[in-house]
Amino acid sequence: MSEMKTVETEIKAIVFQLIDEEYGVDVHQVRSIERLQEITRVPRTPAFVKGVINLRGVVTPVIDLRSRFDLPEAEHTDETRIIIVRANELEVGMIVDSANDVIDVPTNTIEPAPKVVGGIDAEYLDGVAKLENRLLILLNLDKVLNPEEIIALREFKEKGE
Amino acid sequence: MDMNQYLDVFVDESREHLQAIHENMVRLENDPAEISIVNEIFRSAHTLKGMSATMGFEDLANLTHQMENVLDAIRQDKIQVSDLTVDTLFESVDLLEEMVESIISGGDGKRDVEGIVKKLSSIEKGEEIPEQQGSASSNTLGDELDEFQKSILQQSVDQGLHPFTVDVQLEKTCMLKAARVYMIFDAIGQLAEVIHSSPPVGDLEEEKFEDRFTVTLISSQDPEEIKAKISSVSEVDSVKVNPLDLSTLDGTSENESEAAATVEAVKSAETSEDKSTTSEDKKTKATNNKTMRVNINRLDVLMNLFEELVIDRGRLESIAKDLNHHHLTETVEHMTRLTSDLQDALLTMRMVPIDQVFNRFPRMIRSLSKELGKKIDLVITGGETELDRTVIDEIGDPLVHLLRNSVDHGIELPEKRRNAGKQEEGTIALTAYHSGNHIYIEIEDDGGGINREKVLQKAIENNILDEATAQMMDDHEIYQLLFASGFSTADTVSDISGRGVGLDVVKSKIESLGGTISVTSVPGKGSKFSIELPLTLSILSVMLIKAGAEIYAIPLSNIVESIIIPKSAVMKAHHMPVIDFRGKVVPLVSLKDTLGVEATEEDKENHSIVVVRKGDSMTALIVDDFIGQQEVVLKPLGDYLKNVFAISGATILGDGKVSLILDCNDLIK
Repeated sequence: MSEMKTVETEIKAIVFQLIDEEYGVDVHQVRSIERLQEITRVPRTPAFVKGVINLRGVVTPVIDLRSRFDLPEAEHTDETRIIIVRANELEVGMIVDSANDVIDVPTNTIEPAPKVVGGIDAEYLDGVAKLENRLLILLNLDKVLNPEEIIALREFKEKGE
Repeated sequence: MDMNQYLDVFVDESREHLQAIHENMVRLENDPAEISIVNEIFRSAHTLKGMSATMGFEDLANLTHQMENVLDAIRQDKIQVSDLTVDTLFESVDLLEEMVESIISGGDGKRDVEGIVKKLSSIEKGEEIPEQQGSASSNTLGDELDEFQKSILQQSVDQGLHPFTVDVQLEKTCMLKAARVYMIFDAIGQLAEVIHSSPPVGDLEEEKFEDRFTVTLISSQDPEEIKAKISSVSEVDSVKVNPLDLSTLDGTSENESEAAATVEAVKSAETSEDKSTTSEDKKTKATNNKTMRVNINRLDVLMNLFEELVIDRGRLESIAKDLNHHHLTETVEHMTRLTSDLQDALLTMRMVPIDQVFNRFPRMIRSLSKELGKKIDLVITGGETELDRTVIDEIGDPLVHLLRNSVDHGIELPEKRRNAGKQEEGTIALTAYHSGNHIYIEIEDDGGGINREKVLQKAIENNILDEATAQMMDDHEIYQLLFASGFSTADTVSDISGRGVGLDVVKSKIESLGGTISVTSVPGKGSKFSIELPLTLSILSVMLIKAGAEIYAIPLSNIVESIIIPKSAVMKAHHMPVIDFRGKVVPLVSLKDTLGVEATEEDKENHSIVVVRKGDSMTALIVDDFIGQQEVVLKPLGDYLKNVFAISGATILGDGKVSLILDCNDLIK
């Protein structure tokens, strides 16, 4: 009985790193994890849009998640990964520092995100999960990948010019 | 039952049938006496009726049913094909199309069909030609009876039985007509044998009649007795029992010997059978065309796979070039040939004849010309020309607009034409043909042509240009003004054109399909709009260029020329760099600056320039290098990056890298 309950109340999350924090996205939203590959820049897009890649024949946009959250960008390393996620019917690659873990997160460990966590606006987060000795920040991809925001940012930028 | 899985099939098939009805209606209009066409239409309407009834689209079923009745009446010679009939049938087809479209877009396909159903049913009853009805009825009966029924009648007369026709009129308020019919037939059955009924028994059972029907029967009884028996059924208004004179059936005179009559009957039976078999043959040939229906999505999947193959081919080509290995090069070359054949084959699979679009136009022109009091003959040629499905779906609207334009502005009123020494009937020629990798569609009218002065005047009025420039323009340039936005030459805004959507919309639509449009005109003789379209949208020819370290693709259809000019040839106009390109002043744009490409330190003496055009305006783009021409597969950037400035899509090059395709429309000011 208790076992049943735990099965139902867990989510599987892909864990990745940005700076020194651990983040998680629901495994159902993740298509694949790719090594860094050549990115073609797309002119006149917001700075966090790094461009497009050839993902097995499909042209897929890639954003830098650090820059998406206004965190300082970093040099890419061997560890750098592109997590291909799908949300809002969009398929987008997110550049993260590294990604190497899949864990089960019991939903009862998830708490609403505090107003500011590592500089990321709470609206981009689904919550924070406290596991034994780690803290996992769960992303709300629908918000992170909201295309409206791209347009808003672009307009802002164009007005500024 | 889950109907959704059948919906696709239903939609496909009903589209097909509607298409067929439409085509045949056009044929029928030109050849109203041809019964085989009526049969074709009947068949389509019948299938459509069955399908929609099964799917539960009642309005569709009702309307097709009534159409069927009218068509059947035509087949049986009860009514003639008149203008009204054709108009009403066309109207019905329009409504049917509307309903099917509604179903496609997820609606319930419900429409108010009552009015048109009434109209059809009054046509069916021949109310437009009432005097024919009475006298023709006995002849009609003769036609309705088949040879078998006739011979039964003949035999029963020989056996001393009497044939009768019984006319039953039910009360107008009769509620359960089918039940009433059943009771009447039951009553008759006790006294006589029913040979034939009009409408047929099936229709009677389904209440597919107004309130009156006729039965042919044989009986040993007295007519009065039959009448009494039927009258005893309630809600029967009146019953007329008339003895049937068999000799009137075939129209053969009485003094001819019976033997001759039978022979005659057999003969005609044979011939009619012959006829039916030949038409049957034709039909099987037509439908047995060894085709199969494939979902367009599956073709798209195939196309995507093929696109990957093209990309890999490009990769192999460059590897083979680098390695310079004899066998490898040979194999790659062979593969290149194979894939280009495969590409052709794939493309042809996606091709559909433009007839699909053209078909609706005769009808449209017909009603437009009526509306405007003009006489117009629409001549369509090249309807069999095939175009990619993606283009077919998009090209309809612009063509409608151009044709309306020709009818409204092009062709003059009959009187004016007569005064100008022309035939009263104007001609609009709609032509499609193939050439190379392009399709050409032309719309030519023999009307008054474009009034140069009027166009100029309007253009100046609308602040599209000033007088000084106007004086310098040649005819061609002036005609191009028609495509400027906000332009309309119509003095008065008519219902047909000038609704605020001008030819500029047509133009941008065609350009979005990668095509071009131009117009030529001879005053007093007419004008001609020519459209050039690529065969397909998914594979396009581009020129690859370098801007800094980045590679971009420019569609060849946008490129006027690529040239190299010395830097000293750059001039300034209003502080903007321009060049003199074949006598024209063309603005010069640095692609690197516009796209924000990181500058590379190069100081060459010359500029590599690609001159691109959007309609008639041109821009010279400074690039760093020409790489070459190539066929690429157009890939969307995806919804996340919608409406990126100056980028219309992407493609994957031979080395696997993504390269962006420039949208020159954004780059031209």
